Amino acid sequence: MSSGLKSRSFQITKTEWYIIIAFILLPFVFDFSPYFQGLLIFVLIWVMLGSSWNLLAGYTGLVSFGHAAYFGIGAYAAALPYYHFHISPWWGLLTGGLVAVIFGYLLGIVVFRLRGPYFALGTLASAEILRLIFGEEDWLTNGHNGILYMTTWVSKYPYYFIGLILALGAVFSIKAIMNSKAGFYFLSIREDEDAAEALGINAKKYKNISTVISTFWAGIAGAFYMIYMGFIDPEVVFALHNISIITILVGIIGGVGTIWGPALGAAVMVIVQEMFRSAIFGLAPSWVSRMHSLVFGLLVIFVILYMAGGILGDWNLITKKLKFLKRNQGK
Amino acid sequence: MTILRLEKLTKNFGGLTAVNNISLEVQEGEILGLIGPNGSGKTTIFNLINQYYKVSSGKIFLEDVEITNLKTYEIARLGIGRTFQVVKPLKRLTVEENIMAAAFSNSNSFNAAKKSAKEVIDFCHLRDVAHMKAGSLPIGGRKRLEIAKALATKPKVLLLDETAAGLNPTELDTAIEIIMKIRDDLGITIVIVEHIMKVIMNISDRIHAIAYGTTITSGKPEEVAKNKTVIESYLGSDYASGGIANA
Repeated sequence: MSSGLKSRSFQITKTEWYIIIAFILLPFVFDFSPYFQGLLIFVLIWVMLGSSWNLLAGYTGLVSFGHAAYFGIGAYAAALPYYHFHISPWWGLLTGGLVAVIFGYLLGIVVFRLRGPYFALGTLASAEILRLIFGEEDWLTNGHNGILYMTTWVSKYPYYFIGLILALGAVFSIKAIMNSKAGFYFLSIREDEDAAEALGINAKKYKNISTVISTFWAGIAGAFYMIYMGFIDPEVVFALHNISIITILVGIIGGVGTIWGPALGAAVMVIVQEMFRSAIFGLAPSWVSRMHSLVFGLLVIFVILYMAGGILGDWNLITKKLKFLKRNQGK
Repeated sequence: MTILRLEKLTKNFGGLTAVNNISLEVQEGEILGLIGPNGSGKTTIFNLINQYYKVSSGKIFLEDVEITNLKTYEIARLGIGRTFQVVKPLKRLTVEENIMAAAFSNSNSFNAAKKSAKEVIDFCHLRDVAHMKAGSLPIGGRKRLEIAKALATKPKVLLLDETAAGLNPTELDTAIEIIMKIRDDLGITIVIVEHIMKVIMNISDRIHAIAYGTTITSGKPEEVAKNKTVIESYLGSDYASGGIANA
């Protein structure tokens, strides 16, 4: 971040064009396997969720442990009109984000009174409360039976490209914001809320702005998940571990407070998870498949201990160490 | 013209009265020194002016507009900048980014903020360290950054809270030079809390002395320095009556 203040005004860099082109080509590379294409779509969903979390936690210092709340709300915003009135879930791509924003704002009234670890606990609790409510209120949500919807296409391609547009929308909208006044204000609040106020920054207002944008993309991710998967239930979309915690891990591994960190973290997370869940594609004994939580936990411990900035945040450090190792091997 | 006025300002923390019925006026363009022994309430007065603490009773006026119950950020916007005794750099941002964050209070554009940050950086001798992370600055730089951030908000009144503490003699001279330039070149009114007498006696036009939260005297630096109550509150009544000096 610190390097190249000159390039700080918004533009798409060369590297970013390469990334975009690579992502456009990737599904065709995996044309032979809808399974791999499906994994790619999951990467895109995690890019949205991770970036959304990163704006709030990485850039504004509001570490949310309950991003599943907004994801789930987005998913149900797509699913409920379909369940009750047979309105297409595709509308969720418009409404999911907005409904999540409204929920985020309401939850914010409560959780923004809390700071630090209490804020984290407050967000965690709010997601759990939603999970329980959506699980119990059968008349509204069909409870634990969930909501089923026949997906529009069998082919993965349309989903992939819609997901790609959304994921890039999340990443680049956040990049644009971080190059603006609001971005600087988010960072100031993260570093020291009192000092920020003394600089004339309305901390409450800018925390709300950050929340609005963050919850919007989390809601969109949830709606897209519903549209793509065709099935949701409260245990899945409001999951503490599988959504809230994994979202944090995606952010941490890729690099908290970096534009592309969550995208990288999303890719690493999906690869690791899938490798272990499938027991290295069936090559390893079956007990390996039960290890993926453990391995992911170890990975996080490693990252926090040795590269707290995540892969992108500590990129310079990592390359330096690699060069050092190479030099020593040469001797 | 009076730019900042405190009227019978009082702050209670439970049973303790940290600031007791203090009234003072700051004239436009002057440097007012605020002195007093440790715990006499100097920093508390600053914290009351920019509303880190709620005022228990009394009123505060900026240019005859009452600002007593506004929010901290609103007061900053109206034109009271402050530095903190315990410096508060935005650690993981560079010096330039720190100052830009402050400069955004006067503009919405990235380029304008960057331009006005650049002026402040030069003014405060921070050019060499502009791209360093604020958290890795040595204390001298941090103190100057603290001033720079406050300046970038384009204040009318600047409250400086021990900006010279912990500096070596060279840094001290730079700090004094910067503070004088802020008043002389930028025309910003300054209220300064300082323990280093070299600084406060040299740069203040007027000094307001407090002890135990109440005003003991105010006037020209040389008058205040000779005031018996001031000497007493700093060095004890023995010294003031000549007891120790004679012993």
